[in-house]
Amino acid sequence: MSAVIEVSGLRKAFGRTQALDGLELHVAPGEVHGFLGPNGAGKTTTIRVLLGLIRADGGTARLLGADPWHEAVSLHRRLAYVPGDVTLWPNLSGGEVIDLLAGLRGGAEEKRKAVLLEKFELDPTKKSRAYSKGNRQKVALIAALSAGSELLILDEPTSGLDPLMEAAFRECVEDERRDGRTVLLSSHILSEVEALCDRVTIIRAGRTVDSGALADLRHLSRTSVRAELARPPAGLDQLPGLHDLDVEGTRVSCQADNSALDELLKRLTEAGVRSLVSQPPTLEELFLRHYTDAGS
Amino acid sequence: MSAVALGGPRATRAGSHPLAGTGALARLALRRDRIFLAIWVYALAGSMASTTYSYRHLFNTPAEQAAQAHGIQTNPSFVVLSGPVFGHSLGALIVWKVGLFVFVLTALLGVFAVVRHTRADEEAGRLELVGSTAVGRYAALAAALAVTTGACLLIGLLIAVVQIAFGLPAAGSLALGAATALAGCLFAAVAGVCAQLTESARTARGMAISVLGAAYLLRAVGDPAARLSWLSWVSPLGWIERVQPYAGPHWWLLLVSAAVTVVLAAAAALLAGGRDLGAGLVPARPGRARAAGWLRGPLGLAWRLQRGGLAGWVLGVAASAVVLGAAAKGIGATLNSSPQVRADIVRMGGQAGLVDAYLAIEFALLSVMAAAFGVATVLRLHADEAEGRAEAMLAGPVGRIRWAAAEVVWAMGGIALLMAVAGVCSGLGYGSRTGAIGTEVGRQFGAALAQVPAAWVLAGLAVALVGLAPRVTVAAAWTVLAVVALVDLLGRSLGLSQWLLDLTPFAHVPALPGGAFSATPLIWLTVVAAGLTAAGLAAFRRRDLT
Repeated sequence: MSAVIEVSGLRKAFGRTQALDGLELHVAPGEVHGFLGPNGAGKTTTIRVLLGLIRADGGTARLLGADPWHEAVSLHRRLAYVPGDVTLWPNLSGGEVIDLLAGLRGGAEEKRKAVLLEKFELDPTKKSRAYSKGNRQKVALIAALSAGSELLILDEPTSGLDPLMEAAFRECVEDERRDGRTVLLSSHILSEVEALCDRVTIIRAGRTVDSGALADLRHLSRTSVRAELARPPAGLDQLPGLHDLDVEGTRVSCQADNSALDELLKRLTEAGVRSLVSQPPTLEELFLRHYTDAGS
Repeated sequence: MSAVALGGPRATRAGSHPLAGTGALARLALRRDRIFLAIWVYALAGSMASTTYSYRHLFNTPAEQAAQAHGIQTNPSFVVLSGPVFGHSLGALIVWKVGLFVFVLTALLGVFAVVRHTRADEEAGRLELVGSTAVGRYAALAAALAVTTGACLLIGLLIAVVQIAFGLPAAGSLALGAATALAGCLFAAVAGVCAQLTESARTARGMAISVLGAAYLLRAVGDPAARLSWLSWVSPLGWIERVQPYAGPHWWLLLVSAAVTVVLAAAAALLAGGRDLGAGLVPARPGRARAAGWLRGPLGLAWRLQRGGLAGWVLGVAASAVVLGAAAKGIGATLNSSPQVRADIVRMGGQAGLVDAYLAIEFALLSVMAAAFGVATVLRLHADEAEGRAEAMLAGPVGRIRWAAAEVVWAMGGIALLMAVAGVCSGLGYGSRTGAIGTEVGRQFGAALAQVPAAWVLAGLAVALVGLAPRVTVAAAWTVLAVVALVDLLGRSLGLSQWLLDLTPFAHVPALPGGAFSATPLIWLTVVAAGLTAAGLAAFRRRDLT
């Protein structure tokens, strides 16, 4: 089956600002794909191109096998979108907005909607004007999730939600994945992407920096190792591929390239390991490395 | 309170005073509005100056001035639109010519500026950000009123200086400047009160403009009819007119206006002090838990969003039409009693007769209102786009044309509805006094509907601007409407050349009631409106969303 989102060489300029500069993004059916980048990297611009709200200057973008600009309406029938900054009609109630937006996508499944209202603890009778940012976001999320679309495009969907609601949101995305739907999740909340996504695409300044399964991307980073030894270790400072090495008597902490792990462990066991903590790189570290390295 | 408890001595002094931070907020308002205010000040002072400049050459002998004043005074349609002419000096003619127009626009400036810096900021949440700093409870209102008062005083001062420089009497020129400034200040204070009443800036603005409209309407009925002249004394605009700068001046009326302004400002402050941030005086009711069956697409959404506003417009137009229509009877009576006036009318208007000329002016006025509704409705597209709501709809399976067309349908339909209401209500108002309701309703219904295609052209132009010029849409659409209204309503008495008059769509509407009906210009106007709309929609489909 062909890709759900197929973007290559995408370019878009606003005046003199080059917002997208040859961006690549490939999302396969049924996967939850993380779309990562710092503020201003071009995440929202990409999504707006995919939604046919703006037209790219160059490159190609295909959504569900069709052109997002020309086939906008028929494509939108098959997808649901939650913007990062939700603006609603101030004098409509939340319930009205949900019914309106879901109705446009072919109608909400009533049972599903009721479950979602319960799950997100939203009062649908309040006027949108009175909702907080988080509650406006819930309105948009419920409208999107209750329609049962085959593709969900979520642009930083949890930026206003509290941790409990974030957990509810994660459950919903898990449900979507189980039902075989495709999700594009744009975010800079890395723990969220780490917990939810099968694959990620990392972009910076309108360009794709890296893309792949989380497991594959980790080779780019290091493992952080902390150990307590029986004796002071020998020769660690000559070992290539170790960073931020700190030896205090029998305590060692460092960052190791994956290529150096084997040798490091040998040296540590030689010194007698009492306790060992090793952590895979968090996306935070991955992220920081990408953007500080690529930026400097 | 907490500032006293938690802050140091500086916080106590600056943070607990209810007006703390007013200066900073006023500077912020000036920074945000430096261009907006400068344009208004320049345009208003300039329109007075340019009239004075041209009138000095047009009427440079006392005899010419007296003849012109007499001509105005004997034509009730002129008096309805621009008020009576007080005296027959050059100054009196100039004040009659642009005075009321400048007063109304200065009042509008007052309304827009005050709502923009109070309720609009509050609704958008910006006041919350500001309110969390060491800023007093009344600071936003005080700053808005101070900046607006300053702008109005500047307009008044410029007008006085310019008039004196042109050699008009100093006392009268000062009175004219003061009257202009007070018109702005008074309605700024009205807007200050309205901004405390509702949670929505749009409603607050609508309420304040309704008060202004009612003030204009009261004097429009009171000014030409001697027996109803007490109505003019109920209207703040009536007081401002009756300052009679170059035939008095009646300084005490300026004092009355100033006193009313102060009372209104105090009332606004009282209301502001007693309420929560973001709340109105009328608490918001809960809405429906689920959408009504018809709220299923752009058309339903536009109706859901428009119906309240449209009801208000229908009510306003209906009331205006009934009152103006009923007042037409009084004009007929004045006419019959004076043979000299009758001679003047025949010289000016030919067969149509005074009442028909008056009614034609009435419908010209109401059709500008209907066009304003159409433009405001179309501009919602722009606001929805700018504020991100368009994205919510267009990310659904809704084509751009379908989305935009929904508002266009309500704009065009609303214009037709408003004019139909205007015709029927004016016919009822006039017919109920002459006893021929049936004929009058039918006749005036047709006359009112004849204005519809011309109003459509203006709404169509707004659609074209939405599609083709998204950066300047709002300013351009309202500027065109204001210029068209000015040329259409006052152009003939301003002595503008015919080709300029012909540029406005309303110039091509057959003179009804009374004149000969011709369908050709109406068809052409409809074609132009359709063309502009189609061009706008086509461009909107092709461009990026902003």
